Amino acid sequence: MSTAPQNEPRTSPTPSGAVALPSVGARGRARSGTTTDVALVATFAAFIAVCALLPSIPVAGIPVPITLQTFGVLLAGVVLGPRRGAAAVGLYLAVGLAGMPVFAQATGGLAVVAKPSFGYLIAFPLAAALAGYVASLARRVRPALRPFVLFGAAMSGSLVFIHPIGIAVMGWRLDLDPGAAIALGATFVPGDVIKNMLVAVVAAAIFRAFPDMLRVRR
Amino acid sequence: MSRRRRSPWIGPLGLYSPGSTPLHRAPVGAKLTALALLGLAVVLVRGPVGALALLAVAAAAAAVARQPARATLTGLVPVLATAAGLAAFQWWQQGLAAAIEVSVDLLTLVVAAGVVTATTPADRMLDALERAARPLRHVGLRPESFALSVALMLRTVPALVQTAAEVRDAARARGLERNPRALLVPAAVRTVARARTTGAALAARGLGE
Repeated sequence: MSTAPQNEPRTSPTPSGAVALPSVGARGRARSGTTTDVALVATFAAFIAVCALLPSIPVAGIPVPITLQTFGVLLAGVVLGPRRGAAAVGLYLAVGLAGMPVFAQATGGLAVVAKPSFGYLIAFPLAAALAGYVASLARRVRPALRPFVLFGAAMSGSLVFIHPIGIAVMGWRLDLDPGAAIALGATFVPGDVIKNMLVAVVAAAIFRAFPDMLRVRR
Repeated sequence: MSRRRRSPWIGPLGLYSPGSTPLHRAPVGAKLTALALLGLAVVLVRGPVGALALLAVAAAAAAVARQPARATLTGLVPVLATAAGLAAFQWWQQGLAAAIEVSVDLLTLVVAAGVVTATTPADRMLDALERAARPLRHVGLRPESFALSVALMLRTVPALVQTAAEVRDAARARGLERNPRALLVPAAVRTVARARTTGAALAARGLGE
């Protein structure tokens, strides 16, 4: 997080393929960026906590109200990029495991490790990292198409990590056979599609308000 | 809506309940190791009798830590509901023994982990975590940044709850309180703006370099 972007093997391919801006102040931006990075990571960790704590929001036309925890997780990944996004989610998990009531229904502490839903929590940082990585592709498309790329980014985090790991751990902890576990876990997918559409819309609005958030990805 | 839900936020103590029992005084590392061993035992010991014996161990730990019975049971209600539903499902699928074992195992771990959380202040737990995360400095995660981030995050949560309430009021004034976009976009944009201002303020004070 503290090093200049061009020293990172992971990020070096991206600037070369990006628009013509990168080299200007890459080093200076990285140095002045560290405090902003810490603030962004901490603020988004708090944002995820608030998303998990707030009463679920009613959505017109859908009987089941949706909770926003995975919305916050994937938004952190999409907006902050792979490393800072995963760091924000990791910070959120660390604070929750240490005993602050920041998980859904104001729970917290090590007891969540024992709960069948722990797999979803483990998957969150990975999902944020993948979503952040894929969302970087939104730089190359026209602004009108960005929400679609961002939606794809959020969906990839959901489908590659959150649901498979969550379902696997739930099936293992509850001693379910794979079919039953998948059926139980699949009930969350429709809600996730809606939340990921919201991620795309909200992230596109953030990138319109702060265009450099899309240029500088870490 | 946020006022009524804020009761768990009683300050930096988190879910810690103060006391001076042997479990309160035990070092964090020892408690975490004991919890990990119990988790291993729960996985290794098969059969309903072993599961009930381990639940007795966890309940004994809660008694030694002088957990207030009423508050503990209230906190356990969601898990008890899960355990009951799970027991019914497993009874139907695999018989009574499996039902008892799976649901009791779940309760054992939740009770034991709850005891560790209730007897350890959140800041001591975070200190332990920071020590454990120290090797990660080789991959670019600095321990000082971690401590700063934790402090910053805990300060930001109430502020963001307030932001969410303001945004909700604004949406309601426009008749849009059922429009998720009118609720989430302003809240998220203000969150990012707040983070960037905080970053500039940290830089101005020479923190987090």
